[in-house]
Amino acid sequence: MWAILSILVENKPGILFKVTHLFRSRNFNIDSISVGTTQNPEFSKMTITTIGDEKQIEQIVKQLDKMIDTIEVKRLDDKKTVYRELVLFRVKVSKASDTMEINNIANSFGARIHDARKDSIMLELTATPDQIDNLQELLSKYEILDIAKTGVAALQRGGD
Amino acid sequence: METISGARALMKALEKEGVKEVFGLPGGANLPMYDELYKSNIRHILVRHEQSAAHMADGFGRVSRKAGVCFATSGPGATNIITGLATAQADSSPMVAITGQVPVNMIGRDAFQESDIIGIANPVVKYSFQPRHASEIPTVVKKGFYIAETGRPGAVLIDIPKDVQQNEAPMEFPEEVKIRGYRPWTDPDVTAIEKAIELLLSSSKPVILAGGGVIISGAFAELQSLAEMLMIPVVTTFKGKGAFQETHPLSVGPIGMHGHAEANKIMTEADCVLAIGTRFSDRSVGKFEEFERNLKIIHLDVDPAEIGKNQTTSIAVVGDVKASLRIFVRLLLQKATKKSDHNVWFEHVTEVKEYWKQNLKLHPGELSAAKILRKLREVLPHQSIVTTEVGQHQMWASLFYDVIHPGTFFSSTGLGTMGWGFPAAIGAKAARPDLPVVDIAGDGSFNMTENSLATSVLDNLPVIVFLVNNNTLGMVAQWQRTFYDRRMIGVDQKRCPDYVKLAESYGAQGIRVGNLEELGNAIKTGLKSDVATVIDIPIDPEEDVLPFVAPGTSLKDMILPS
Repeated sequence: MWAILSILVENKPGILFKVTHLFRSRNFNIDSISVGTTQNPEFSKMTITTIGDEKQIEQIVKQLDKMIDTIEVKRLDDKKTVYRELVLFRVKVSKASDTMEINNIANSFGARIHDARKDSIMLELTATPDQIDNLQELLSKYEILDIAKTGVAALQRGGD
Repeated sequence: METISGARALMKALEKEGVKEVFGLPGGANLPMYDELYKSNIRHILVRHEQSAAHMADGFGRVSRKAGVCFATSGPGATNIITGLATAQADSSPMVAITGQVPVNMIGRDAFQESDIIGIANPVVKYSFQPRHASEIPTVVKKGFYIAETGRPGAVLIDIPKDVQQNEAPMEFPEEVKIRGYRPWTDPDVTAIEKAIELLLSSSKPVILAGGGVIISGAFAELQSLAEMLMIPVVTTFKGKGAFQETHPLSVGPIGMHGHAEANKIMTEADCVLAIGTRFSDRSVGKFEEFERNLKIIHLDVDPAEIGKNQTTSIAVVGDVKASLRIFVRLLLQKATKKSDHNVWFEHVTEVKEYWKQNLKLHPGELSAAKILRKLREVLPHQSIVTTEVGQHQMWASLFYDVIHPGTFFSSTGLGTMGWGFPAAIGAKAARPDLPVVDIAGDGSFNMTENSLATSVLDNLPVIVFLVNNNTLGMVAQWQRTFYDRRMIGVDQKRCPDYVKLAESYGAQGIRVGNLEELGNAIKTGLKSDVATVIDIPIDPEEDVLPFVAPGTSLKDMILPS
């Protein structure tokens, strides 16, 4: 099971370390993580996606909640949540027709092209992790030279 | 607002918390603190190794239920307390450890005696602080004690860079602190308690499982009232040993790997358990899936993260267990519910207890584990405090030393730290100088912190070391005999050292005994002594701790003496 956790924490040094350390020491998985400041300079927000069975995820939420530096821990319902990740791919261009094909794939996903060169193209996509996986699968045909992902950012629709 | 140094502010803040003594050892990075300690009214108890300072603070904290305080310098001084922090945290013991650190501008430069103690300690503390400005110290200390002592207690580390100790700043001492991410207590859910009572009343074989939480919250009277009102037998975890008077007709004793045979038997027969302040450790419940099979679990705990961690619960009540138990008792009084003492289950429990009292085979020797520990019980005043080390002697203490006055038995149960019992006993003595304190020790464990004899003698904290001496790392030896076909390795202590001479060399007294009468006399001598007394009790190195539930198996599968 895949779960999105939204964790409001004190905006202080060392908190990211403590949160990730908790995952390691309790034998939980981090699938992706993103951290940023919020509208309130005293808080930061971490969005962690994780994989585990129902019982494990319940434990993760409880253990995170128990941490003194966490203000609020929410498990977001993915059906009621907008969640997006940004990814950058650098894809190898071996022959002239590749450029056209990669452009077509990019268009079909709404991905943007950056830094198009003779031997490689960079693509940018903001989408759900599933859509990103699909794009990656299609691009793998052309040899992916490099990937960078931001981790998921998520907000529940209509506030709480 | 007065302008004083960080170190001076630290002492003032400790005094405001009511701290009368600290256990510690000075070094380069905490000299400013020690200089202010010199000028303060706080007593310093000098240790010979920082690990022992942490264990003393831990023992002090468990007995007084106020955070014990230890001091260590930076680098190795700080890393030496890690085992102590981990031990206290594993057993939810309130402790505040204060370490020196290299000056702020040297942090991260691999300075002499620098260690990233905040990073190293993170997984074994409840919380840690590293104030970067002297002015933060009063608030940090206030928060540190608040976190250590409230909710589920634990270990707090305050790491203070040397320049932060030296710098002067205007100081404001808060009367109280609020930490927005910290909610130590929840009010118990009365509806859940009503349901729990219904479940208990409708069960035919209910059992109370009392854990360490009962001792931590001091809920002895509430537990006893509840058990007596409903006539429910009480088993405990090992950590909960002594949460309930063990000579009480409803007491069945500790369950677990080396639990009492009758307790494991009754626990596995039960259809409903009221588990109070326990985390269902593997050592207590055996195989998790087996334990919860055919068992309805009502779980009371202050820590919501413990609910459902190891066991599936039918009803959970989050909150201080003392507050929860009070509601149980109040509701039962309103309903005027009282079970008659002639119920079939209670009669059965009594029969099972009697059976094992008659039929558990014991070692025949004059100085067998059962005989020496029963002798200790016979001679010791009921209010005496007992600590243990870790190993066979610890489990024999669990089996054969009955706690009569609740909350007088303490052991490193979670982390299982050999060497804990002796310094913890010294810490306990500092907390309660009016009571006799005994460390039930094994030779292997005592070796690890025996240099605390110096502290005991020089700081006038006399305790008795009841040394169950088989010249062996006995528990490991037992496992090698049981599971490794007697391939004995690394367990023979070869009669080294001579404990009588060792004790005497520190100015303590050492007494070697050869029979039970001498043992009784030695305990009496120790009770009257102004210095520590080490009683060397030679036992058969082949004596096993039985019954024994092998790791990963069910409480049903006890190995019994043949």
